[in-house]
Amino acid sequence: MAAAWRIERSTAASRAALFAVALAFAALLALPARGDSGDLRLAVEICYSLALAQAWNLLAGYTGLVSVGQQAYVGLGGYAFFALTVLAGMPPLPSLALAGLVAAALALPTAFVVFRLHGAYFAIGTWVVAEVFRLLLAQMRPLGGGTGMSLPVAVVRDLAQSRGARDLITYYLGLGLGLGTVLLVFFWLRSRQGLALTAIRDSETAAASVGIDNRRTKFAVYAIAAGIAGLTGALAFLEKLRISPDAAFSVGDWTANVIFIVVIGGIGSIEGPILGTIVFFALRALLADYGAWYLITLGALAVAVMLLAPQGLWGVVARPLGLQFFPVQRRLRPLNSPQTAPEAASPGRGD
Amino acid sequence: MPPLIRLDEVCKSFGALKVIDRLSLALGEGEALGILGPNGAGKSTMFNLITGDLRPSAGRIHFAGRDITDLPAHRRCRLGVGRSYQIPHPFGGMSVFENLLVAAAFGTGRKEAACYGRCVEVLERTRLMPKANVAAGRLTLLERKRLELARALATGPKALLLDEIAGGLTESECQELIATIREIHADGVSIIWIEHVVHALLAVVGRLVVINFGREIAQGAPDAVMADPAVQEIYLGIEAA
Repeated sequence: MAAAWRIERSTAASRAALFAVALAFAALLALPARGDSGDLRLAVEICYSLALAQAWNLLAGYTGLVSVGQQAYVGLGGYAFFALTVLAGMPPLPSLALAGLVAAALALPTAFVVFRLHGAYFAIGTWVVAEVFRLLLAQMRPLGGGTGMSLPVAVVRDLAQSRGARDLITYYLGLGLGLGTVLLVFFWLRSRQGLALTAIRDSETAAASVGIDNRRTKFAVYAIAAGIAGLTGALAFLEKLRISPDAAFSVGDWTANVIFIVVIGGIGSIEGPILGTIVFFALRALLADYGAWYLITLGALAVAVMLLAPQGLWGVVARPLGLQFFPVQRRLRPLNSPQTAPEAASPGRGD
Repeated sequence: MPPLIRLDEVCKSFGALKVIDRLSLALGEGEALGILGPNGAGKSTMFNLITGDLRPSAGRIHFAGRDITDLPAHRRCRLGVGRSYQIPHPFGGMSVFENLLVAAAFGTGRKEAACYGRCVEVLERTRLMPKANVAAGRLTLLERKRLELARALATGPKALLLDEIAGGLTESECQELIATIREIHADGVSIIWIEHVVHALLAVVGRLVVINFGREIAQGAPDAVMADPAVQEIYLGIEAA
């Protein structure tokens, strides 16, 4: 009857990738020794763009929540950070963590409202909500109203006395946010809940018919994505030292660019947003001197990818090769098969 | 003992169109019930009402004595309602094995590792083992239909709702399918099967219900129902004498 079998969860490519990721991480840890302040700032921006891209990919690529309003939570996170440090006098690092929690907490009541909308209406609804938050913050006098406010020197000094040390701390915070988000998404997708997320990605109707609570899963994804956006906002405006409603709730900076990254990289995978982030920053560096041509090129590329390769650049590269660097799959292997891999059946992580 | 599934005067309208019109129906514990009816008779809509994909405009639906009319689809699945879709809805980016795994884990509420054994059993029973690691999106239509059955089975249903899974099969494939469904039934799973392939249906079910315009027009022992002039006229297109 039932032959002996086991569950295999990694591939040769993924084990090689794990090694490459470890190497890259070690190199990134050592970057401050080589790079100057400008390099570190760029690295932080790349890291939080990657975090936002992974979060948006969970939203749109897995649960079908095409939000155009993630700037709501970047802005709320940024403002929460300023309020906690300046108005409440809390130290910067705990404020940063708390700002992420504030954004996630505010996402839950917001979700009750926007989840009543579907498809394009949901997208527009999230954008409107972000505008509402922007207008509300512009009314808040203690936080600088419409003109915004600067981070007082005392708060900045509280983080670290020297500029070099502050750059270093911000850099490692950014690295932690970027890498932490990738790992969070990876382990989430590998878990039992990740099976549900992937099933919802492929068919919401069928997902409900096999016992998956789509609504609860969407709430969880929306709140986590908001938390990541909140942390990004806190970190970004700690680095910029100044916040204003227009910058904090910018749909271009915090959502449009992120959508571009995910779409050209490849939606619905972990590798796609990573590739997209690399492509985006490479293009930005290459086209920095060409003014408006920069945006025209980005737009043209996005249209081309959507028409010719809806699976994104990662799909073009990986699909024919069956390549997967972040293996979230389970393969059933008979025990007497010639294919041998060191991994035995890995226990389910449960929920 | 109450019937496993009971529909009480259930209605479903889409705007002015009445798809289900005061339909009452019961599925006994351990029963295999066949549903016949022309296209557009409301058969799949009836399934959608039982599984919670749709809410009735009026009437109540009970499962094992419990009123489930207001429960969402995923809760009904966990209670023991398993279904296959007429138009397959595979989780295309997941392998066949993963399709079953997610169904088993969430349909039964168990941990993932506790479901591997059940999934292997279902793969063997539905003869999908050779395709276990193939992405469901790459299956042929017939394989997708088998996957629909397998995935519903993986959720550990008390009642299995099958929506036209025999269409397009060769005679030998059809015999295999009949044998599989009989095995499932023999294991104590109650079955409602919508099917146009009448001989396959008659090989499995103990009772037939014929539906037209959202209403029951005949029900009872298969032979008697098939001999009913109203059924022959409406369903088989034979003029009543």
